[in-house]
Amino acid sequence: MQEQEDTSTFSEENLISVTVNGHLYEQRVPVRMLLSDFLRHELHLTGTHVGCEHGVCGCCTVLLNGEAVRSCLMLAVQADGMVLTTIEGMAGTNSELHPIQQAFQEKHGLQCGFCTPGIIMSVHAMLHENASPSEEEIRHELSGNLCRCTGYQNIVEAVKLAAERLRESHKEVK
Amino acid sequence: MATRWFGAPVQRSEDPRLLRGKGNFVDDIDLPGTLHAAVLRSPHARARIVNIDPGPARELPGVHLVITATDLGGVLEPSPLLIPHPALTEPRTQLPLALNEVHYVGEAVAFVVADDRYIAEDALELIDVEYEPLPVIHNLAIASANNAPLVHADVPGNIAAHFVQTVGDPDTVFANAPHIIHETMSIERGAAMPMECRGILARWEAHEGMLTCWISTQGPIPIRNGLAAIFHLPEHKVRVVAPDVGGGFGTKIMMFYPEEILTPFAAIRLGKPVKWIEDRRENFISSNQERGQLHKVEYAFDDQGVLVAVRDKFLHDTGAYTPYGIIVPIITACSLPGPYRLKHYYSEFTVLYTNKVPVSPYRGAGRPHAVFIMERIMDRIAKELKIDRCEVRSRNFIQPDEFPWDVGLVYQDGGPTKYDSGNYQAGLDKLKAMLDYDNFPKLQGEARQHGRSLGIGIGCYVEGTSIGPYEGANVRVESDGRVFAATGVTSQGQSHATTFAQIVADQLGLSPGDILLTEGDSQAFNWGVGSFASRAATVAGSALHLAAVKVRAKAKQVAADLFEAAPEDIELADGRVFVKDAPHRFLTLGQVAISANPLRYAYGENARQLMSMKLAGPRPGPALPPGRGAPGLEATEFYSPSHASFASGVHGAIIEVDPKTGMVSFVKYAAVHDCGRVINPMVVEGQVHGGVAQGIGGAFFERLVYNEDGQIVNASFMDYLLPTSAEIPSITVDHVETPSPLSPLGMKGAGEAGVIPVPALFASAIDDALSPYGLRVLEMPLYPCRVYELLKEIQSSS
Repeated sequence: MQEQEDTSTFSEENLISVTVNGHLYEQRVPVRMLLSDFLRHELHLTGTHVGCEHGVCGCCTVLLNGEAVRSCLMLAVQADGMVLTTIEGMAGTNSELHPIQQAFQEKHGLQCGFCTPGIIMSVHAMLHENASPSEEEIRHELSGNLCRCTGYQNIVEAVKLAAERLRESHKEVK
Repeated sequence: MATRWFGAPVQRSEDPRLLRGKGNFVDDIDLPGTLHAAVLRSPHARARIVNIDPGPARELPGVHLVITATDLGGVLEPSPLLIPHPALTEPRTQLPLALNEVHYVGEAVAFVVADDRYIAEDALELIDVEYEPLPVIHNLAIASANNAPLVHADVPGNIAAHFVQTVGDPDTVFANAPHIIHETMSIERGAAMPMECRGILARWEAHEGMLTCWISTQGPIPIRNGLAAIFHLPEHKVRVVAPDVGGGFGTKIMMFYPEEILTPFAAIRLGKPVKWIEDRRENFISSNQERGQLHKVEYAFDDQGVLVAVRDKFLHDTGAYTPYGIIVPIITACSLPGPYRLKHYYSEFTVLYTNKVPVSPYRGAGRPHAVFIMERIMDRIAKELKIDRCEVRSRNFIQPDEFPWDVGLVYQDGGPTKYDSGNYQAGLDKLKAMLDYDNFPKLQGEARQHGRSLGIGIGCYVEGTSIGPYEGANVRVESDGRVFAATGVTSQGQSHATTFAQIVADQLGLSPGDILLTEGDSQAFNWGVGSFASRAATVAGSALHLAAVKVRAKAKQVAADLFEAAPEDIELADGRVFVKDAPHRFLTLGQVAISANPLRYAYGENARQLMSMKLAGPRPGPALPPGRGAPGLEATEFYSPSHASFASGVHGAIIEVDPKTGMVSFVKYAAVHDCGRVINPMVVEGQVHGGVAQGIGGAFFERLVYNEDGQIVNASFMDYLLPTSAEIPSITVDHVETPSPLSPLGMKGAGEAGVIPVPALFASAIDDALSPYGLRVLEMPLYPCRVYELLKEIQSSS
C-alpha cells in the first residue's frame, strides 16, 4: 500500500481578490482550486466550460487582464489581484448580443454550444490584436479551440463577419 | 397558409442562451447541498480482484460514502442487453461495479461521494485494491488466435456472435466470373469525443418519493424506465432530464453506464443531491468507442466493370462487453452494398471480445467501414480495367426507376434493407461539376511537373436512417396563446428547438419563434426512444407534424362552432383564427384554446377579450361530444415508420500529399447530400460540415492506440489529435432531394451522413496522388508517419 499523503495542506485557504466582469470579489479559496472551478462553482459563472482539464480544448478560455488564457491551467489563487472577463461579461447589461455573438448566430457558428463560450473569448482577444485577420490567420488563431460539431467553417465565417462589423463600428466611433 | 417555414434557413432559437453562457449543461446545474462523486477505475485490462479495502477512504474528513460491488445489494445486476439477436450467443454486459474480475482499463471498481470533487479524488487514492493480473487480449488478431487467452472465462474462443447472410447465389457467380480479387482491409478504433464529457446529477426527495436525474444522455426516456425498475419506483416517480447536451455522436446513447446507476443509488442512500462529472481521462477509458474491424473481402467483376459478387468475412472488436448487441457489425454488413446493384453477396462476421473499452455506435456506426470496403473495390475495378473511377460507379449504380430497391438483407431494426428512393447519378454529376473533375488530370499533371503530388478521391454511400420503432409528440396551446411542443428525443446540437418549431408553426399559422419546445424531459413527454441512428428529425419530427395537424383540425372545429361556420372554411394564419373571406373578425389561438376547454371560467387578457366578443354560445348536449376528443387545444400523436429510409450522398476531395513527410492537406472538399426533404438547409449543411470534420479526424488523425497491456497510450488531447480549424478545409455542400415516400413530410436522416464516406475518399485520393509509387491504401485511419511508412514499404519491396 502506498504511503498515506498528508491531506492537511489540501484544505489550506488563501484570501484572494479578483475583478470578474466588473465586480470585485474577495473570497477565501482552497489553494488547490482551479480558476475554472472557482468561476463555475464559487461565482456560479457556469458559462465557462471545462472540456479537458489539460489545456488543449479551449472550452474554459477567459480573458485575464485582456489576454485569452485557459482557466483550467491556473489556480484561483494565481488570479489574485487580476481582472477577468468571462462569457457572461461579453454582452453587457442591455439585451443585445455582442457583435461577435451576433455573428455566430447569423452564420450558424455553433451547434451544441459547449465549446462556444471559449471560442467567443478567444475570438475577442484575436480581433483585439488583429482587426482584419485573413482566413488563414483566423484558422491559425482558432486552432487552440476544439469544436466537435461544426467543422469550424461557419465559425470562420462568423469571425470574418464579426471583424467586419467591429471595424465598421470603430469607424463610426471615430 | 401565409408562410411556409419548412425548408427555410431559419436562425436558431437555441443560440442567444448558449452564446451568453446561459446554457444549462449538467454540470451547470447547482442544487444546494450537492455532494460530488468520483470513480475508482481499474488500472488493469484484465485482473482478478483479490481484495478491496476501502477503510482509510471512509475515514477521510469530507467523505460521505464509499461503495464497492458488495455494498450494492440488489442493484448489483448486469446492465440490460439492449438489442438481443439470435446470432449473439454469448452476450455479456457490465456490472455497475466490478465484483470478481475487471475486463478493461477504466472499468468502475469503487464509487466515492464527498463534499467536493477534490476530496472525492483524494479518497480514491486511499482505497487499496489488490489485483492479480491475467493475460490480456488487446487486438483482433490475438482474440481470434487458436488457444488465445479468454476475455471472459466462460466464452470459448472469445466469440460473442457469428452471423451469416447471403443474397443471391454468390458461389455460382464466383465460379464463372472473369475477374476475382482478394484483399484484407482494416479499420482501427476511434472515439466520439464530444466536448462535454458525460455527467449526471441525481436528487432524491424523500417526502415525495421522487427521484430526479439530469443526465448528459441521448436517451432519457429508456433510462427513466430502467431506473424505475432498478429502484422499484413507479415510473412517474422518476424524472430523467437531458438538459443541454454538449455533443453526443452516439457515445451518449447507452444504458446503463455504471455512473447512471451509482449516482442515484448514492443520492437515495444519502438523501442529498449527488453529482458525478466525467473528466477527459475518464472519457477516454470509460465512454464507449467504435470502429475496430478486420475484413477479408473477395469480389468478382465482369469486363465492363460491373461488380457481380462480393464475399466479405470480417472480425468485429466489441471490447469487453456487448451492451448494444451486434448492431454495429449488422450495420456494416447491410451498408456494404451501398448505391450499387449488387445481387450476389455473402456476408459473414464474427464478433470478438477484447480487453478494451466496450463498443457501441459512434456517428456513422459501422458504415464508414462498409463504405471504405466497397469504395476501395470500385477504385480497384477502375484500376484493373483502366476505366475512370466515376464511370465505374455509374455503371454499377441503382437507377432512379429501380426504387424501391430491396438489398435482400435484414437491417438493424429487424426490417428489410429496402431503399425507398434515391438518385445516385444526379449526385455524382453535381459533385463532378463542383470539383471540376474532368479537368483534374490536367491540373494533376501540371502539379507533378512542379514536384507536387495532387490526388482526387470520391466516396459514395447509402445510409439507413430514420429507424423506428416510434416517437411521439404533444402539441398544446395554452390560454395565453403560447404553444408548447414536447417529444421524447433529445438534442445534442441538432437544432431541434428550431427545426421542430418550423414543422409545428406551418400547421398553426405561427412563426417558429412562437413554438416552445421541450425535449428530453420525461415529465414533459414520457414515451420515446432517443436521438441516434439519424432518426430524430424524421421520426420525432413526423410525430410533431401529426400532432400539429390534429391541433389545427381541432382549432378549426372549435372556431367553426364559435363563428357558426363550417370547419373547412376556417383558416389559421399569422396567429389568428378566422373565417376565410372574413379575416377582420378573428380569434387568437389562445382564445380558441380557452374555448376548447369546457371549464366555464378562464383568466387573463385573452379570456377578457373573449367575453366581450359576440360569439355563438355552447352547443347543447355534452361539453365533450363524441368525436371532439379531449378538452383543450392539444393533441398527442405517435409516428412509427414502416422501416428505415435510406439517405445517400457522394463526397469528393482534392488533396496534396508530401511524400517526404506523409503529411496530407486538403485543396478542395465538396459534398452532395440527399436526405429527402430538408427542414432547414442551414442546419443540414452544418451537420454535414461537422460530420466531414469528424470523418477527416477518423481518416487521418484519430487512432486509439492500445498497447499489449491493454492500456490506451494516447488517452489525452495532447496525444489523440482531434482536428482543428487549421486542418479542416472549407466544404462546399449541395443537395439532391429525393423525398422519402415513407414519412408524411418526406424527410430522411442527416445527422451521421457527413462522416461516412470520408475514409473511403481519403484513401482514394491518396492512392491517386501517389499513383506513380503504386500505393493502395487498405487501412484506416492513417496518419502522416503511416503514409510515409507505406511509401517506404513499397519502395523497399520494388
